[in-house]
Amino acid sequence: MVERRHWFTDLLPHIVLCLGVLVVAFPVWLAFVGSTWDAGTIANGKMPLYPGPYLFENYSRTILQGRSGTGEPVGMMMLNSLTMALAIAFGKIAISIFSAFAIVYFRFPFRMAAFWLIFITLMLPVEVRIYPTYKVVADLHLLDTYAGLAIPLIASATATLLFRQFFMTVPPELVEASKIDGAGPMKFFKDTVLPLSVTTMAALFVIQFIYGWNQYLWPLLITTRPDMQTIVLGIKKMIVTQDALTEWQLAMATAVLAMLPPVLVVLVMQKLFVRGLVETEK
Amino acid sequence: MDHRAVFGNRLLPYLLLLPQLAITIVFFYWPTSQAAWMSFRIEDAFGTSTEFVGLENYQVLLKDPAYYQAMLNTAVFSALVAFLSLSIALLLAVMADKQIRGGTAYRTLLVWPYAVAPAIAGVLWLFMFQPSLGMIGRNLRAMGVDWNPLLNGGDAMTLVVLAATWKQISYNFLFFLAGLQSIPKSLIEAAAIDGARPARRFWTIVFPLLSPTTFFLLVVNIVYVFFDTFGIIDAITKGGPARATETLVYKVFNDGRLGGDLGGSAAQSVILMIIVIALTSIQFRYVERKVTY
Repeated sequence: MVERRHWFTDLLPHIVLCLGVLVVAFPVWLAFVGSTWDAGTIANGKMPLYPGPYLFENYSRTILQGRSGTGEPVGMMMLNSLTMALAIAFGKIAISIFSAFAIVYFRFPFRMAAFWLIFITLMLPVEVRIYPTYKVVADLHLLDTYAGLAIPLIASATATLLFRQFFMTVPPELVEASKIDGAGPMKFFKDTVLPLSVTTMAALFVIQFIYGWNQYLWPLLITTRPDMQTIVLGIKKMIVTQDALTEWQLAMATAVLAMLPPVLVVLVMQKLFVRGLVETEK
Repeated sequence: MDHRAVFGNRLLPYLLLLPQLAITIVFFYWPTSQAAWMSFRIEDAFGTSTEFVGLENYQVLLKDPAYYQAMLNTAVFSALVAFLSLSIALLLAVMADKQIRGGTAYRTLLVWPYAVAPAIAGVLWLFMFQPSLGMIGRNLRAMGVDWNPLLNGGDAMTLVVLAATWKQISYNFLFFLAGLQSIPKSLIEAAAIDGARPARRFWTIVFPLLSPTTFFLLVVNIVYVFFDTFGIIDAITKGGPARATETLVYKVFNDGRLGGDLGGSAAQSVILMIIVIALTSIQFRYVERKVTY
C-alpha cells in the first residue's frame, strides 16, 4: 500500500481478532471449567475461571451413568448420535450420487420432472411439516428406530445438486472413451465417476456429519424411549426448570461431549469443511 | 448440457433415481400435502374423525393475538441476530483480510462454533447468564440490574439472541472473508493512490462490492433464525416466559403437541411454507444473477 504504515495500523487487526476469538471461545471455556468442578462450587456462584479437580469424576459419571435418578448414560447417547450422524452422512452421499448420475448421464422421459421433484424439497424443511411427517414415520412403525431417525433426513436436494454440478464439469470425452472401451454405465460410474468424486464426497461428508449430529427437532419428535436419545437432545433433560435440581457440572460435561466430535471434524478437516460449506450453499 | 455423451439404458436411470425419489415422496410430498389438507379440517373432540371447515383454521389463526405475537417475536429475533452477527462477522473478516501474520490461525479459531448444535449453544449461554449462579448473570444482579431471563420476557429474548448470534458469526465470517478475498487488490490500491483514507476506501469500494455476499447472508441468516433456532428456544426458554420467545416454528410445534390443535398447527405450517418458498426464491434469484455475471 502507498501509505506509510503506522505501528497502530499493524496492531489493530490483532487486537480486534484476539477480542473476537476470546468472545467466541469464552462460553466454551466456561462450560469446560464448569464440567470440572463440583455441584456445590457452581451452585453458590463462586466458580473460578480455571478448571477444578473433578474432571475425571464428572466425566466418568456423565458417560457411564448420566444425571441422578432416571438419567441415561451419556456414552450411550453419544453412540446413538454417532450412528445417526454416520447413517445420514453416508445415506445422503449414496442416494444423491446415484440420482445425480442418472440425471446427468441419461436421457429418459420425466428426467426434468424428477430433477424438479428433488429440487423443490429445498423449500420444505422438516419444521414446516412436523406432525404429518411424524405420522408417516409412526405408520411405518419406525418410531424409536435408527431407520426412523436417519432415513427421512437423507433425501437432500443440496447433495444432489452439488454432484450434478460436479458431473457437468467432468469432460464428456471421458464418457466417449469409456464407451469406446465397451464399458457400460455402471462400469463408467465405478471406474471414472467415483474416483473423480472423492473430494466432493469428503467435503459433503464433513457438512452432513455435522448436520446429522446436531439434529434436534427430528429426534425430539420420533424418539420416546430413553435409550434412543441423542446427546444434543439429552442435554435438555439435564436442565431442570427448578434450578436447584440442575446438576450443572454434568450438564456442562454433556455439552462439552456433544460439541467435541463435530468441532474436531471441522478443525481437522478445515479445508474440506470450508469447501463443502461454500459449495453446498451456492 | 445436451451435447454431453449419454448412455442409452432404459431402465437403469429409474433404478438409480428410485431411492431418492421414494424417500422424497414418502417423507416430503406426502406429509406436505397432508399438512395442506389438514389445514382445511378440524378434528372432533375425540380425535376420531375430521370435518372439512374451509378456511376456518386460517381465520381463527389470523384473529389470534398469540399468532401475531409469534410473528413479531420472529421478526425481532431475525432482525437482531442478522444485524449483530453480520456486523461482528464483517468487522472480523475485514481485520482478518488484512495481510497480517497468523491470518489462517485466526480463521481456524473463529470457524468452529459453526459445528456447535443450536441447543448446546443455548445451554452454554444459559450457564453464563443464569441469574443465581451464572458468572455474568450473577454479576449483573450484583450490580443492581434486575436480570432474570426465566421471568422477564425481554431478558429471555436477549439471551436467545446472544446465543443465536454467537453461533452464526463463524458462518458469516467465512463467507465475508471469501467475498473480501475476491475483491481485486488493485482497485483498493488505486483508491489509496488517489488519497482515499482506509475508512473511505471501505465504504465506497469494499462495502458495495461485498453487497451480493451481504444480501445472500442476510437471507441465510433469516432462514437460520426461522428454523434452526428451534433447539436454542426449546432447550433454554421453551417459548416462555409468557410466550415472549415463541417463534412461528416453535408455535407450530407447541400447538400441535399432544394431539392438540392439529388443524391450526397445519394452517401455521402452510403459512410458514409460503414464507420459506419466498425466502428461498429470493436466494435463488441472487444465485442465478451471480452465475450469469
